[in-house]
Amino acid sequence: MTPFDKQLLNILQTKLPISRRPFADLAKLLGTEENVVIERLQKLKEEGYLRRIGPFFNSDKLGYKGTLVAVKVKPGYMEQTAECINSYPGVTHNYEREGRYNLWFTLLTPDLLLQAAILAEVRALPGVEALISLVSNKKYKINVQFDLK
Amino acid sequence: MMDAVDKKIIRAMQDEFPLVAEPYKEIAERIGVTELELLKRLQGYKENGQIRKMGAVLRHREVGFAANVLCAWEVPANRLAEIAAKMAESPAVSHCYDRNTMPDWPYNVYTMIHGHSREECEAIAAKLAAENQLTNRAMLFSVKEWKKTSMRYFTENVPLR
Repeated sequence: MTPFDKQLLNILQTKLPISRRPFADLAKLLGTEENVVIERLQKLKEEGYLRRIGPFFNSDKLGYKGTLVAVKVKPGYMEQTAECINSYPGVTHNYEREGRYNLWFTLLTPDLLLQAAILAEVRALPGVEALISLVSNKKYKINVQFDLK
Repeated sequence: MMDAVDKKIIRAMQDEFPLVAEPYKEIAERIGVTELELLKRLQGYKENGQIRKMGAVLRHREVGFAANVLCAWEVPANRLAEIAAKMAESPAVSHCYDRNTMPDWPYNVYTMIHGHSREECEAIAAKLAAENQLTNRAMLFSVKEWKKTSMRYFTENVPLR
């Protein structure tokens, strides 16, 4: 990455303009041309630096219910349990972790009824020994943002 | 309340964002609204907080933050708000949430800590513990990523294209 790329990504992490020519607006901010910004972004995307561009929605404000679920998976059952959990579209993150609860996933559903139904299905999987649902009341920080120097 | 056009827009905005001179025009044409209508509605979602941010998310391993840990903390209830707010200020912390506890799980604050190595993550957690006089935490280092995707809102009843 060039110093220009880092500058571009630092701005683009939070300030994609909602305007007719967003990349021209960014170019003005960076003292360059629209096509330069577009070409660099295409390149950075090809190289895998960009996971996603666009709006990041506040799930609460869209009416969705979220929870973090910790699961105790029996030895030998990890892969089949993880794959089963992955098959729900509302599961966005699913990580095997160190500790007593060894599989952790996030679940977003349009309502609590569906959440309860999915948790009951997961709890009933043959590899699942225990499951706890950890609901947040307050988000103090949500900021997947990095200061590139 | 979200109407059918809102849901259509939100669904479309979760697809690949076109890297072209007039990306919103392209999206608007795809879903059959005018560019102006799309821009107006997006601006509205941003103003009322339905859009948290407009921008890019980077792959952190590629940009040099190789290690991270989900650290769960047991924080005294009467200091929860104060300590969670303080932890959120740390630049190494990307996410900080409170959560309910369970009989066998006493942790009520969760922070995602990023560093260049496991050791650095451990040092950051130790520092946060000392600064806030916390003695009990669980360092939930990841062993394997089984799934990591972006949420697709309002797609529950839509046939796959």
